[in-house]
Amino acid sequence: MPVPDVFELARNGERRALGRLLTLVERGGVNGDKVAEISHPIAGSSHVVGLTGAPGAGKSTITGRLAAAAGLASESGVGVVAIDPSSPITGGAILGDRIRMDEVIDREGTFVRSMATRGSSGGLALAVPGAIRVLDAVGYDPVIIETVGVGQVEVDIAGTADTTIVVVTPGWGDAVQANKAGLLEVADIFVVNKAERPGASDARRDLELMLDLGAHPDPNKPTWRAPILMTTATDGSGIDELWDQVVAHRSWLTETGELLGRRQNRDRFEMLGRVDELLGGLGRKRAESEQGLALLADVQSRKLSPTAAAAELLADLLES
Amino acid sequence: MSTESTTTDVAAQPDGEPLRVILAKLGLDGHDRGLKVVARMLRDAGVEVIYLGIRQTTATIINAAEQEDADAIGLSMHNAGHLTLAPRMVEAVKEAGLDIPVIVGGIIPDDDVIELQNKGIAAVLGPGASTDDVVAAVRTSISN
Repeated sequence: MPVPDVFELARNGERRALGRLLTLVERGGVNGDKVAEISHPIAGSSHVVGLTGAPGAGKSTITGRLAAAAGLASESGVGVVAIDPSSPITGGAILGDRIRMDEVIDREGTFVRSMATRGSSGGLALAVPGAIRVLDAVGYDPVIIETVGVGQVEVDIAGTADTTIVVVTPGWGDAVQANKAGLLEVADIFVVNKAERPGASDARRDLELMLDLGAHPDPNKPTWRAPILMTTATDGSGIDELWDQVVAHRSWLTETGELLGRRQNRDRFEMLGRVDELLGGLGRKRAESEQGLALLADVQSRKLSPTAAAAELLADLLES
Repeated sequence: MSTESTTTDVAAQPDGEPLRVILAKLGLDGHDRGLKVVARMLRDAGVEVIYLGIRQTTATIINAAEQEDADAIGLSMHNAGHLTLAPRMVEAVKEAGLDIPVIVGGIIPDDDVIELQNKGIAAVLGPGASTDDVVAAVRTSISN
């Protein structure tokens, strides 16, 4: 069956067809490109919510609960993409996010897809922007993305989501940690999960302190101070309040025009990423050619620097 | 149409793409050690395992198979319910219009293996199956 027909089925609510489209996006190639070509013009209206935080912080459970809260408010269905790491050694993966999402997993109108990182770093899989586009194009709104458990610098989600939620737990670190961690600069909303545990109020205070230190708003620019929510995801407490904040952030983004800016930036990053990918592919292909191998030999015999060899390999593209 | 000629079959499983396999236990059977061992074996063989764990229903597994575009369903059974539950899974797969194999692992008496195979179970794996056995059973079941 050709891709446009599969797409039509998916738009008509055929979940198996949507499942296949997401597989095509993950595989890339001709079919993946076709899916992007069809979905891009009609996508762009769904609210993309990203969740990130350390492994074991409760991201999957919160994602499931949040999807349930969103489902009550949304008529269009909730899309979830949950990402887990691929083994760097074998390429295999254990995708275990569905077991934390009992609340939503069988609800009509909720679509949950597990995705392995397949070698990409930064907490997302390469196929994530494409998967968001497809879910958006077939009508899911919001689309919730759960990243792999990340530490300090794996913050790709912020370039991909409209609203980024950072989940921490009691005892995760002090104010210094909060200040240096790249994670915190990208948060639109903070969640202190496992809030029933000792140290929850300390974690909250450290976050407040960090936000105070960073509070030098440009009076000419709209500012959003990230709210800090306390949740216990396992029993659902705090989740409704979290969803309210997600909705509030969405309104703020729209009213201030920030949404448009973020999305334009997202498109730009994605296009640049594709440029890197295509140029890299071309470069590697040329490196295998007779000319490329001759240049490599010169580098290996120290006649030519690696940089000079690379420049010569791509000389025709670098001229202008 | 020009796009037709460049579009390859959307159902084709290209070489080198990781297989996606669902692992679950049906009903009231909480012994998941075996399931976890198999999950690890498959992961180490480059498979993407969609791990659903214990106390699943056929409906939940079908939902997951559709949304995850799974290539196979693996069931672990240790409570002697296999003659009832495994064929029910095969039926559910057929009813959903899915074309993917159901593989059973666990404590299955020899006499029952034939019956399960007659009822559409693609492969049965017992205790002591090696990683190679498990991976071979999955790959063969999918390609058949």
